[in-house]
Amino acid sequence: MADPLTSSTTPAAMTGIPTSRAPASTLPDGYGPRSRWLDRRLPVISLLRREYVVYPTPRNLNYLWNFGALATVALAMLILTGIFLAIAYTPTAAGAFASVEAIDRQVGSGWVIRSTHMAGASMVFAALYVHTFRSLYYGSYKEPREVLWLTGMLLLVMMMVTAFAGYVLPWGQMSYWGASVVSGAISSLPGIGHPLAVWLQGGDTIGDVTLHRYYALHFVLGFLILGAVVLHVVALHVTGSSNPLGIEVKGPQDTLPFHPYYTSKDAIGVVLFLIAFAVLVFYLPGWLTQPDNYIEANPYSTPADITPEWYFAPFYAVLRAVPSQLGGLLLSAGSVLVLFAVPWLDTSPVHSARFRPLYRIAMMLLVVAFLLLLACGLHRPAGIWLALSRIATLYWFLHFLVLLPLLGGIETPLKLPDSIGRPVLPPRQATISTAGAGLPMPDGAMAQRMEND
Amino acid sequence: MRPPTHLACKSFLAAGVLAALLGGRAEAQQLQALPVPPQDWSFRGATGRFDYASVQRGFAVYSQVCASCHSLRQMTYGDLSSLGLDADQLHDIAASQPVPAGTDAAGNVVLRAATPGDHFRLPYANEAAARAANAGALPPDQSRLAGTIQGGPSFIQAYLTGFRDTPSSVTLGPGMHYNIYVPGNAIAMPDVLHDAHVRYTDGTRATTPQMAHDVSNFLAWVAQPHLEERHRLGIRVLVYLTLLLVLVAVLKRRVWASVRI
Ligand code: HEC
Ligand code: HEM
Repeated sequence: MADPLTSSTTPAAMTGIPTSRAPASTLPDGYGPRSRWLDRRLPVISLLRREYVVYPTPRNLNYLWNFGALATVALAMLILTGIFLAIAYTPTAAGAFASVEAIDRQVGSGWVIRSTHMAGASMVFAALYVHTFRSLYYGSYKEPREVLWLTGMLLLVMMMVTAFAGYVLPWGQMSYWGASVVSGAISSLPGIGHPLAVWLQGGDTIGDVTLHRYYALHFVLGFLILGAVVLHVVALHVTGSSNPLGIEVKGPQDTLPFHPYYTSKDAIGVVLFLIAFAVLVFYLPGWLTQPDNYIEANPYSTPADITPEWYFAPFYAVLRAVPSQLGGLLLSAGSVLVLFAVPWLDTSPVHSARFRPLYRIAMMLLVVAFLLLLACGLHRPAGIWLALSRIATLYWFLHFLVLLPLLGGIETPLKLPDSIGRPVLPPRQATISTAGAGLPMPDGAMAQRMEND
Repeated sequence: MRPPTHLACKSFLAAGVLAALLGGRAEAQQLQALPVPPQDWSFRGATGRFDYASVQRGFAVYSQVCASCHSLRQMTYGDLSSLGLDADQLHDIAASQPVPAGTDAAGNVVLRAATPGDHFRLPYANEAAARAANAGALPPDQSRLAGTIQGGPSFIQAYLTGFRDTPSSVTLGPGMHYNIYVPGNAIAMPDVLHDAHVRYTDGTRATTPQMAHDVSNFLAWVAQPHLEERHRLGIRVLVYLTLLLVLVAVLKRRVWASVRI
């Protein structure tokens, strides 16, 4: 046959592709000549197959393990809609507000794109918070997943900076005054504070230059996050996922291939997530915006109360829980930064809270503290709200800095099961069941890991 | 047993709170604005629709009354097409509005007839001119006013019918007008709606409450021009996703059927 694609059956020496290195392409039987031809030259098919098809995944993951995929979906929506917004947006103090209004009113389908982008920010944070608390509850950050955890925290911080910069762009009252609260907080740092704020703003006041900077920052960070997600997933695929039992995979009887088992399970989560997303976009757009942000920024008129977006509310509550501006800033930043140290603060060798009776209670209190802070951040810091925000802040730090190091020594963990497969399957069936699934189980799929390549 | 200082401290606190509450009360008495009567707007709720006949009349009120002081700077004449106006009507509406088109050789501002692509004409050249004409107050832009003002369209409707003769016990500042629905009961905007002030072409009687209702409806539409489209598209997306959810759930059950966890 004259078709050059069939040349994949000819020896490598004749195709001119050097054979000195191990072939990157490891496609098993069943792939056509075109796929083989491409995969020899760029092993995308075998890579995707290895990482998303045969990839061995613990068989006992619950729906909380969907949230990483959900964050990815929300991120994809943000980037996609963001590109279209960027086409119609004007990053100048004089033109920004009107250009956003034009997107909402005159640009074809602009209102859906913008509404989806706004809801996307909320959805990504909702997914990330569940994702992070899932990791904390099941001890997913412990050996050997410390670097995975660090890349995750990096993503969270990048996401926060991006969301903050993005919120300034429509140049409404909340955009402007939100930016000024942050500038004010930064200026309160001794020594470097003021120069840092001036550098960020590009001048002594928030204005045209600031908006330009935040726009560039917002745009660039969106794509940097995408790159960081790749790092995150690479780190994940080195160790493989943890699981609700928190014990490592011991053999093929403990895993299932990612596809079709977890693709189908993730699909359910994704569709439910999209339903919640659509309800926000189409029926509750008011939940996502402060009415005041539809009033153009006015440096001469301070809004009665500057409230942040809900996803910043917990950290805003910490900021306002202390009477000193500098103290508030340090505590607020500390409440995020302390998370980076979690793998080294936790002294217990047991991963999952299921087997740690005391840690389990502490984790539940931590979630309550977080939700309390969220509510406090949306109210004026006075009376009961101020008291609650102080108690919750106290617990937040107590949990990480005191309980996490101490509990490892105090607590008697419950007995861990021998393996993921064993506690639920009679020994005889353990080996049968994976084959019994009636789905193709390519050889070597179970043990293969990225680090082997 | 509780130490007595604790008790004393508590009652002191309680007294303080009480005083604060009472103080707040006494102060509010003078400046009190009447509560806005609740309204049953047709656009409320997940299946909400605008009453377009009313919105169109509201546009007449806006353009014959409010437009002389309040801008609608984010709207173009073409945006009115979703009110159910056809191309000819839009063209006529736009053409009746002179908009600035640069300056001539002598530096005088030249005017031309607007086209549907033009933004609504601004009533004043700039903020200073607007304030100078309104006792120092700035008539707010109305593009999003129904969404940003406390109380929304219900407030606007009440407010427009809330002007009264100033009671003898009250003295207002120069250029201020008495209105029972605004905080402080004084506002720099005069009472602008009077029966039969606006010409309605559909036979509806232009009473003050009717005009107030219509223009509030219009401003609600202006603040959320895509509300109906949003609701309609939302239903389709949700129906689609629900069907997809059923399919995906069936798929997942079948895939997992033979796995024992
Ligand atoms: C003569 C000029 C003038 C006209 C005509 C006029 N307004 Fe106003 N309006 C003002 C001014 C000035 C203010 C600002 C008042 C202030 O801040 O004290 C104002 C404020 C308002 C407010 C905000 C009130 C508040 O509580 O802050 C609303 C709502 C409003 N106008 C609606 C309308 C509507 C609807 C119309 C048309 C039916 C209209 N106005 C016509 C001058 C006008
Ligand atoms: C844009 C942001 C993020 C994306 C797109 C993302 C994506 C993912 C995906 C797809 C997975 C695998 C599925 C899962 O376990 O849910 C995962 C796992 C994980 N992520 Fe993230 N993630 C993000 C942010 C974070 C953050 C903020 C943290 C916490 C600091 C984090 C910590 C982890 C950990 C520890 C795992 C492994 C969980 C386990 O195997 O038990 N990630 N992430």
